[in-house]
Amino acid sequence: MKILVVFWNLVKDSIDATTHGTRLYHLWMAILTITMLIGMYCYSIQIEHGLSVTGMNDRVSWGLYISNFTFLVGVAAAAVMLVMPTYILKDIDFKRAVLIGEGLAVAALIMCLAFVIVDMGGPGVLWHMLPVVGVFNFPNSMLTWDVIVLNGYLFINITVPMYILFRHYQGKEAKPNVYIPGALLSVFWAVGIHLVTAFLYQGLQARPFWNNALLGPRFLASAFAAGPALIILVLAIIRKTTAFNIEDKTIKKLSMVVTVAAQINLIMLVSELFKEFYAPTHHSESAYYLFFGLDGKEALLPWIHTSIFMNVVSTIMLTFHKLRNNFYVLYTACILLFIAIWIEKGFGLIVPGFIPGPYGKIMEYQPTGIEIGVTLGIWAMGAFIFTILAKTAILIETGKLRFIKKEEKAINEVEA
Amino acid sequence: MSKSETRRFTLKDIFDRFRKDSNSCEGGDCHCGPDQNPSHKPEKQDGFEQVFNAPQNRRSSLKKLTASLLAGAGAVSACNPVKDDKAKEKSQISWEEQFKGNYKLMTEEEKKATVNRLVRSYELRTGKALNMSSKGPEKDVLFGYAFNISKCKGYMDCINACVEENNQDRDSQMQYIRIHEMEDGNGLNFGKSKDNYYHEVPAQGHFYMGTQCFHCEDAPCVKVCPTQATWQEKDGIVVVDYDWCVGCRYCMAACPYDGRRFNWSEPNVPEEELNKNQHYLGNRMRKKGVVEKCTFCIQRSREGANPACVEACPTGARIFGNLLDPNSTIRWVLENKKVFRLKEDLGTEPKFWYFMD
Repeated sequence: MKILVVFWNLVKDSIDATTHGTRLYHLWMAILTITMLIGMYCYSIQIEHGLSVTGMNDRVSWGLYISNFTFLVGVAAAAVMLVMPTYILKDIDFKRAVLIGEGLAVAALIMCLAFVIVDMGGPGVLWHMLPVVGVFNFPNSMLTWDVIVLNGYLFINITVPMYILFRHYQGKEAKPNVYIPGALLSVFWAVGIHLVTAFLYQGLQARPFWNNALLGPRFLASAFAAGPALIILVLAIIRKTTAFNIEDKTIKKLSMVVTVAAQINLIMLVSELFKEFYAPTHHSESAYYLFFGLDGKEALLPWIHTSIFMNVVSTIMLTFHKLRNNFYVLYTACILLFIAIWIEKGFGLIVPGFIPGPYGKIMEYQPTGIEIGVTLGIWAMGAFIFTILAKTAILIETGKLRFIKKEEKAINEVEA
Repeated sequence: MSKSETRRFTLKDIFDRFRKDSNSCEGGDCHCGPDQNPSHKPEKQDGFEQVFNAPQNRRSSLKKLTASLLAGAGAVSACNPVKDDKAKEKSQISWEEQFKGNYKLMTEEEKKATVNRLVRSYELRTGKALNMSSKGPEKDVLFGYAFNISKCKGYMDCINACVEENNQDRDSQMQYIRIHEMEDGNGLNFGKSKDNYYHEVPAQGHFYMGTQCFHCEDAPCVKVCPTQATWQEKDGIVVVDYDWCVGCRYCMAACPYDGRRFNWSEPNVPEEELNKNQHYLGNRMRKKGVVEKCTFCIQRSREGANPACVEACPTGARIFGNLLDPNSTIRWVLENKKVFRLKEDLGTEPKFWYFMD
């Protein structure tokens, strides 16, 4: 019973905390809300007219939505890079960053699920896909594996920080033997979500561009580069705008993770390019289309060239200690890397898988305004969720939000 | 329950379904108040029950919940005195359709019930009759298809016949079959071929090759479907349960033969062009947001007729038949001609062969 009372107070307190803030905070939340509303309006048009309002067609049947889904799975998986050292290696540097990382994972996972739902032709019968109530094609379909791993990871990433914050809210220490098993599980699970998502594409013999053993490992490498890069940027903002103290050491350690992952990612890119272009077969046509264009069709060229350029530049910037240890250079490199991998794992991976089609037909894909609107709406939703989670977590961690204080306050009021 | 076309869903029908023992709803004198016992057990399994009930014992509480939900909602729609009979029936049908199970897992009774509902629903909407079959595969039948590259002249009569027969969306001009115009001397080079041309055929120096769903024995599309909304029937036809498909399009990504089409918007077939001779797994009207494909004209082939494309082909390039019948033409072709299949290295074992004279 007491737990429920405390929980109810936590909910009330966090609503109170998230609805109050500086002018800049309100402006930020207002922009996100408006973007979400625009996204919802675009989605309502899509519900009304079907997926015909998107740029997808029978030949390129997955587009912007699935691209973003794929990328965000990586961002979600990246929380593990913080979880492992903090909870298991007891590296004190990361203790504060990890709650932010897990909040980011929760937001990213919810965005992933939202992107899958908006991509469905029949969202009203989505219950067909649920285990137990629907007919689950397990273990044959990789999509059913993905449903399990994504939701499981979401569950872990909600419960572990929730437990810790809940204890701290009451002014108690979190018991390691309660949360360590969950944290340990999430380490393996994070690798799982990204590998399974890669297998979703890797397992299709019909699409030689995806049917490639390097796809899974490369997913992981790029995820562990883009995710922590985003976390660094978020920590930088938090450091600047709140009382939450994040040490330079934490950011420097994180930047090490980003650097190594980005370097491995580049090596794998070179390996892929070598395989496709040194002795090209007709299976290399998608890669040709992506990097050089095919039959005069070259819609993806500016994207992928920008991506590779940003990728290389940011990796070089990260590699040299002198550059990396300058925070402005580091933040710039993180922004470049994040965008580079967003393009590469999104447009650069999903769309060319369909081009050329099974019979060599080249049909180009261009997202429509409605598709972009829905996508922005979901990103805004993710940012909104993250802001709420982070704000509450920071207030609890800095000791400004406490259950005990409330009680004391009540007693004080009565006494007065 | 009467199976005639004028069958109506009454209050009694609904409660009969969820009647625990025969006493509670005798004589159509039903109570639609809150006193309905939520533990009513279904008399016979329909889709919703079939889904929730799969392993019998463990989910009795869930089952009770859904039964009461269904009965409750049914009671609400049926007891509303403002609605007329037709509206009541319509909402009853749409409710039952929304929560029915996967066709693949339905019993014969349930298959008949859903077909009746769809026929009745069409009648309520348009006042016209429809003939819809739920006929299953025949014993000792396995369908196969052969395509004579030397005979095809690219007339595209097959495509037109297919569109008409299978009620494909006219707005998006959906077509299951593609005819590829190949240049002589390039071999089978799909990259250099055209599957969209507007000139007189046959064009000099070209040959023609049709592709469609190949009904693979080890079909990648079936394997990847997360809801088992697509499967292979015993007679080898790969079908889609249009009402069970969630529209994820994973099967389209998995198909190496471009055999699947998606309804990006609400399909439209003018009423006067609608083929009313339908099969549940074949040419019945689809919704928006679902995948569909060639079914070897299941509504024809299961009745012993040839698919529409075979019948329409003016040159006799298309041969269809039972692979298990040693006297069939398809068997003669496979045994006496030099046949080949497309993308054999993928190991999908298509039941579609090409040959030349």
